[in-house]
Amino acid sequence: MKLFQRLVPWILLAIALFILPAALDDFRLNLFGRYFALAITALAIDLIWGYTGLLSLGQGIFFSLGGYAVAMYLMLNTKSLAGGNGIPKFFENYGVAELPFFWKPFWSPAFTLIALWVIPAVVAGLVGWLIFRNRIKGVYFSIITQAALMVFFHFFNGQQKLFDGTNGLKTSTSELFGQLVGSPDMQVLFYRLTVILLPLAFLVCRYFTTGRFGDALIAIRDDETRFRFAGFNSVPFKTIVFLVAGALCGISGALYTVQSGIVSPQYMSISFSIEMVIWVAVGGRGTLVGPIIGATVVNYLRSLVSEALPEAWLFVQGALFIFVVVLMPDGIYGWVTNGGLRSLLAAFGIAKKAKTYPSLDEEAVPVD
Amino acid sequence: MVRNLSRRLFAGLATTAVSLTLVSCGGGGGGGGGGGESAGKFDGEIKVGILHSLSGTMAISETTLKEVEEMAIKEINDAGGVKVSGKSYKIVPVIEDGASDWPTFAEKSQKLIDSDKVAVVFGGWTSASRKAMLPVYEAKNHMLFYPIQYEGQECSRNIFYTGAVPNQQAEPAVDWLMKTYGDKLGKKVYLVGSDYVYPRTANTIIKEQMKALGGETVGEDYIPLGNTEVAPIIAKIKKAFPNGGIIINTLNGDSNVALFKQFKAAGIDPAKYPIMSFSIAEEEIRQIGPEYTTGTFAAWNFFMSLDTPASKKFTSDFQAMYGADRVTGDPAESAYNMLYLWKNAVEKAGTYEDLDKVRKTMIGIKFAAPQGEIEMFPNHHTSERVLIGEAEANGQFKILEDSKKAIPPVPWNQFVPETKGFTCDWTQDRKDAGKFKM
Amino acid sequence: MELFFSQILDGLSIGSVLLLAATGLAIVFGLMGVINLAHGEFMMLGAYVTYVVQSALKPMGGVIFELYFPVSLVLAFIVTGLIGVLLERTLIRQLYGRPLETLLATWGVSLILIQLIRSVSTAMMLGIIIGVASGLIVSKILRAKFSLKPFFTYLNGLGWAASILIGLIAVNIFDKVRPLAKAWFGPRNIDVTAPKWLQGSWGMIGTIELPGLRIFIILLSALLLLATYWFLNKSVWGLRIRAVTQNRQMSNCLGIPTDRVDSITFGIGSGLAGVAGCAITLLGSVGPNLGAAYIVSCFMVIVLGGVGNLLGTVIAAMLLGIIQSVIGSGTLLTVFPDMPAAARGVTEFFATTSMSLVLVFIFIIVFLQFRPNGMFPQKGRSVDA
Repeated sequence: MKLFQRLVPWILLAIALFILPAALDDFRLNLFGRYFALAITALAIDLIWGYTGLLSLGQGIFFSLGGYAVAMYLMLNTKSLAGGNGIPKFFENYGVAELPFFWKPFWSPAFTLIALWVIPAVVAGLVGWLIFRNRIKGVYFSIITQAALMVFFHFFNGQQKLFDGTNGLKTSTSELFGQLVGSPDMQVLFYRLTVILLPLAFLVCRYFTTGRFGDALIAIRDDETRFRFAGFNSVPFKTIVFLVAGALCGISGALYTVQSGIVSPQYMSISFSIEMVIWVAVGGRGTLVGPIIGATVVNYLRSLVSEALPEAWLFVQGALFIFVVVLMPDGIYGWVTNGGLRSLLAAFGIAKKAKTYPSLDEEAVPVD
Repeated sequence: MVRNLSRRLFAGLATTAVSLTLVSCGGGGGGGGGGGESAGKFDGEIKVGILHSLSGTMAISETTLKEVEEMAIKEINDAGGVKVSGKSYKIVPVIEDGASDWPTFAEKSQKLIDSDKVAVVFGGWTSASRKAMLPVYEAKNHMLFYPIQYEGQECSRNIFYTGAVPNQQAEPAVDWLMKTYGDKLGKKVYLVGSDYVYPRTANTIIKEQMKALGGETVGEDYIPLGNTEVAPIIAKIKKAFPNGGIIINTLNGDSNVALFKQFKAAGIDPAKYPIMSFSIAEEEIRQIGPEYTTGTFAAWNFFMSLDTPASKKFTSDFQAMYGADRVTGDPAESAYNMLYLWKNAVEKAGTYEDLDKVRKTMIGIKFAAPQGEIEMFPNHHTSERVLIGEAEANGQFKILEDSKKAIPPVPWNQFVPETKGFTCDWTQDRKDAGKFKM
Repeated sequence: MELFFSQILDGLSIGSVLLLAATGLAIVFGLMGVINLAHGEFMMLGAYVTYVVQSALKPMGGVIFELYFPVSLVLAFIVTGLIGVLLERTLIRQLYGRPLETLLATWGVSLILIQLIRSVSTAMMLGIIIGVASGLIVSKILRAKFSLKPFFTYLNGLGWAASILIGLIAVNIFDKVRPLAKAWFGPRNIDVTAPKWLQGSWGMIGTIELPGLRIFIILLSALLLLATYWFLNKSVWGLRIRAVTQNRQMSNCLGIPTDRVDSITFGIGSGLAGVAGCAITLLGSVGPNLGAAYIVSCFMVIVLGGVGNLLGTVIAAMLLGIIQSVIGSGTLLTVFPDMPAAARGVTEFFATTSMSLVLVFIFIIVFLQFRPNGMFPQKGRSVDA
């Protein structure tokens, strides 16, 4: 049994890597690739919300920054997308003759690979530090991250000459290694890349949530005042964890962009960033498996419902928000691991009622 | 007791939410069917994709297009379907929701092409949604029909455009404004638009055109989509035109309502400040309220008030199907046309699966549209009749200017220096057929 | 001078719209600590109430029609207030003390309200009523028979699921009847016409036009503010509300019905949102998405002003309005024509409506660096809890 439990993640990984690409058609596989990319964002949100108690409604910023970084690289390095003077065609529509300076480094693949997570991380670190330094927390933090999101949204949306405004940047007709990014082969490649990066992101999150650092995060979540009075400074902890989450969102955004074929300011809409939070809530916050389940399940549900009945999706989504928050605060994974299933069966007399000693459970947490 | 009650009430609310969901599921299933004719009448079925925003901000406009397209499909099916090399096929629409979200348009396009294997897709409204879909159709070498008037500066092998480009709407309108008001108010315009690609590009063209006409653009302003605060713009306009002047409005959607309501309150009336709008059709007037728009101008390729038998039949058919209180307009007409253009081309080509052949045949296809006869040109755009109308108190337009014949499309704008001298011709066998120097 | 005055007037009128929208939120957020993301949708409901009143009174014509607006102001308050109370009793009550959860749950509510307005029809309404009624009945029966059994909660859930199904079937049956299936409003924007006396200009001061509806909105927001102030500070219920805000347990011990206080506070907050929605029909469009445009700005106003402080809300709203109008209209360029090139470039860059919004948000974030709790921070023991 123990051995089996240990093997489960490996089996799942093998299924995702080898069986799904064979079993699903191109379109569905691409969808799953996107869900797994979004799962990385969900992990990041769990890191800051589930473990540290910071509900950010602005993760779309970092997600889009990663997406824009990779899209800019692809646009620059594709000959067929370049206009007369060697810069992407859309610039011509707005009479821009010279490449804006901040596009230039994106000629380099090495720079892009670093920038797509470093830029979001730096922005997150800066925004985080400015907010945490003033001890702004709780709902104020949420509202201010939302305001920051609006700043970025209006900026990217309004700057046609710099980022092609509302249109966003398209990647599916761009080329990488001499192949179209939108071609099925490349999409399978990106899918596999996502499947490999997701467990890595999981490990990063586990690294930050275990040990002394993880304990500090949970302490901040549960009682920040007491944490401070115990002589710790909570600002660096919060800033670092927000920065890490920003970097993860950037990676996730880059993976999502190459698979959806477009990055646009719509990724910075208010609703998208709030949806991200609900993936975590549905899966189970404060666990690392939960967000992955949540992101996949909610997004799969979304594409099912919106294909069958477009009008119904908002009802389902709204009901999901309310249901999870009120009746299932631990999410799916939390409900199962906390014995929800067992107590359900026990209620109908099918399983034996578990004997619990809550006091013991609490004591059992290893004291480091 | 109170707690119990509240808990029960809460459960009730949750139920309501869930039941609403299921309800609309059930409701939706029944609505789409159309006619239940006997299957034996046809030799087969052709699946076509319809992709518009049925939810979100753009649902306001795009649901009408979906309805018109369904109406055209029903008409074609009732008349015996599409006849391809001696066999008759029933058109079966696969309807998808773009959710007013551009990436979703790209995603749903992929689904329609890969999973549903449709023969063609009809869809889009905003330029941003078209720009998001374009790479998908190019990467898969598939076919999209796009029905809305747009800014031009694009010519894709895989898209057919049945709406106007600037030389079929904006440019004649500016010419007309200068001709009519140029002497009285001076050759000066103020541009107001929504902050996205169509208004910005259209205004770039108008500015160049004004230069060519020896006039001047005294100001331009953009409002974020959905924003309803136009006080700063009113202040700017009054500063630029203390005694009246010409305003060109490319606002989209909600902001128009705010603009016209607040213009009226600020004393900017159409007698002193002629306003020409490019995104306000009969449907929009209904939502803004005719009393706010009376006396303003609009340029389109079709008006519901166009007094021809074809136009009257189109409107009465639409009203018979969707209710007597509904109105038609240019976008609806354009969406209607694209179904027939496609049908005619498929019938002439003798195939609906060989897209290259359909694409070739499409060029030169004509259709007696509600506005008059239109033709698909080698640059994948249609010729359009140009009309300029004045909004009246009954929500209809009085036609002031009529080009009578259809004007050929010029997608690469000839006023803008970057595209001057360029053209597009997909009948030519060259790599850069989408944009080359004449 | 004239320019200055007209800018201030513009700023005040933008600010007063913000204030109108934010007053209700200030009460709900400031006094109850509830983040109501559905606030914008309550405004939307208020606007739809206005539409219904207008449509109902239109056939009467004449003076009665001209007076529809005051009637709809009152009705909007009552209707949205009642819906607010219902929401508080069912949902918000479960979530006191968990502000982040209320944020998510009310976002869910807002999504449902938006879609409800889009697709509500008589058939759907009947289905909902039948579903809820049967759910309540089933639940009552189950409670009487099995309330002590361990599986009661789950059984109750099953009961509700069954009644949902009943409601669903009911809707499908009603949907077959054409007149019942017609959507009440549909997804389209609807047309609300301001009464004649509000449409035009109310005369001039010097060369400055006084737009009737702008002045009306400034007056209305001032009036509502005074009424709110009076209610909170001079009435019995206001006293109770403030007592509960300061110390819930103690108030409870002293016999204040805290449950009812909560309902009333939330109801008034929602009602004010309804009034704001009603007033907004004068300025802009009325559609299901109306609320989304205002909600973020409203929160900004409250955070900037300091939570739980009406005066702060007023000043913050006016300040934001004036900044937006001065920057957005590019007045700075006219006032200082010979500023250095760099400053000029920056000013021009921000002198559009979109970019002035960016600037406003940046301003708020910078301001909070110096005054993290807003202009008028709340003082007292419960602040850092």
